[in-house]
Amino acid sequence: MKNWFKALCLFPSLVCASEWTGYIEGQGRYFTQEPFDSAQTDSTLSLAFEPEYYHAWDDDRQSFIFRPFLRWDSQDNNRTHADIRELLWTHVSEEWEVQAGIGKVFWGVTEARHLVDVINQTDLVENPDGEQKLGQHMIKLSFERTWGVLDIYALPGFRERTFPGEEGRLRSHPRVDNDLASYESSAGNKRVDLALRWSHSLGDWDIGLAHFYGTSRNPLLQPIQNSANEIVLAPYYELIHQTSLDLQATKGDWLWKLEALYSTSDREDVFSYTGGFEYTFIGLGDSDMDLGVLTEYMFDERGDNAPIAFENDTFIGLRLTANDEQSSELLTGVIKDMDSSAWLYNLEASRRIGDAWKASAQIRLWIDVPEDDPLYTISQDDYIEFNLARYF
Amino acid sequence: MKRLLLITLCSLLPLAGNAMTPEEQGLEIAKEVDRRDTGFHDFKATMTMLLRNKHGEESLRHMRTKALEVEDDGDKTLIIFDRPRDVKGTALLSYSHKTGADDQWLYLPALKRVKRIASRNKSGPFMGSEFAYEDLSSQEVEKYTYKYIRDEQLNGKDALVQERYPVDPNSGYTRQVVWVDKVEYIPLKIEFYDRKKALLKTLEFKSYKQYLDRYWRASEMFMQNHQTGKSTLLTWEDYKFRAGLKSSNFGKNSLKRAR
Repeated sequence: MKNWFKALCLFPSLVCASEWTGYIEGQGRYFTQEPFDSAQTDSTLSLAFEPEYYHAWDDDRQSFIFRPFLRWDSQDNNRTHADIRELLWTHVSEEWEVQAGIGKVFWGVTEARHLVDVINQTDLVENPDGEQKLGQHMIKLSFERTWGVLDIYALPGFRERTFPGEEGRLRSHPRVDNDLASYESSAGNKRVDLALRWSHSLGDWDIGLAHFYGTSRNPLLQPIQNSANEIVLAPYYELIHQTSLDLQATKGDWLWKLEALYSTSDREDVFSYTGGFEYTFIGLGDSDMDLGVLTEYMFDERGDNAPIAFENDTFIGLRLTANDEQSSELLTGVIKDMDSSAWLYNLEASRRIGDAWKASAQIRLWIDVPEDDPLYTISQDDYIEFNLARYF
Repeated sequence: MKRLLLITLCSLLPLAGNAMTPEEQGLEIAKEVDRRDTGFHDFKATMTMLLRNKHGEESLRHMRTKALEVEDDGDKTLIIFDRPRDVKGTALLSYSHKTGADDQWLYLPALKRVKRIASRNKSGPFMGSEFAYEDLSSQEVEKYTYKYIRDEQLNGKDALVQERYPVDPNSGYTRQVVWVDKVEYIPLKIEFYDRKKALLKTLEFKSYKQYLDRYWRASEMFMQNHQTGKSTLLTWEDYKFRAGLKSSNFGKNSLKRAR
């Protein structure tokens, strides 16, 4: 096997680096409450595998990366899935950088939600926080100059959001049926979306301005009767124009953050933002530990009619960084809906064990969520999660 | 170049004996250390850290670093982490400045996220080691005030002993005592005193090698923490000076590409 990969090094006379790395991770989730639907599971075990092949040549001016992802889940058939997170060729010159293939891009600065991050579709079956993303087909051209970085994206091919299956927790009631997905664009999921982003650092300020024209990554979910005479939710993907701003001011121990967007579709125009700060107490009580205090406010002008959970909500969190040999970290916080009784409690912790292992845990609780809240359907799905990963 | 060095050296040393105050003498030593290390343009190197706790348990860190000299300002550096595996691909880009806070961006490969971070956190441990960020960042003359103390022999070498005091109130130190080689003007040993003015750590520079017939770099830097009993041995290898690095190798895009 190894020799075969070495053979990928097509020009052995040139300096050429190639390697396999990655991880394999076992996960257990325990749900503490009765599910809404008796078909849903109380606990689940799963296994994730994410190898990565990297190869660089032409004096590192060109590189190739391949990063598939596989998860097997003991309960939810939709969560047992595979994806190509990256399959990307990069060519760098003095003047520009071009990338082609399947890639992953992140835009934004805030922590409680990633509002302006629009390029990749959310792999929602992975985690309800939406931070895991599906690979996106792309051709990207980037210019880095004294006036900042300009990125131009052509995004051929649309990825549908993944949703938990019938046996899975953390899903809507009724469940989403991806077989019934429909599109505003006549090209369906074959449409080529476009995006442009300018970003720059000016002293203490980091700024990003972007425009996206294409199929929205957030589907509208419409109740419909499927062929089995079952009521399900059908995703409908609109075309949108979205202009966004992300801004961070780094002032000593204070980080001030803002993400804002204005989005238009045939149906509605939406203004939304997330803003706040992170303050870090360094060397807590004469130790090596740092304690960060985070506060962010989330707003969506559609208010209670917004199809999203956070339309007038405040996040308050603590981030504890031990700065120890095991890189121990803890992030905990609450999101409070300012218009209702709803709370969301969240805890994420991780620690390296030895050189190659990493243990992590998550707790998410939904508290006092009223029936008219978009989060109501998962409010019985409080869970505790443990992960153990082996890196290679 | 060598002749110039000799002239400067001769003109500098007699000064040590006459009307200069210890503060002025200390500053002159720091300027000479800086002057002799100016003009390297850029370099690449690999770094290995062997962390050892007081029970003798060890763990390893592997990194690669690239640095670019910036005229009239601090250096730009990029550090790429290779091991432990769970942080592989994480990269730290720093623009250090002669005065004021450095600019730092951290790249998190799992999320593909570039994060601007508060660089005032300079006193914190680097990767859980006994080195603080400020011990590894570009050593600019303006970052300290100085005081010459005495001449002394250290391991058979003539050394100038000076104290230096960090200008930045966020430094973890009140004072450092530096032994500078009297011939080559390179640091041989540094003692670090914490905010309570107690001896915290000692750093020893070992196995110096000269590159481009001019620039001296220690192949080993051994940091002993006297308060916790922990130590870190930092080994530098594969130094390559004037590797053709440009400012385009130290931009936000290069951070995302760092491997």
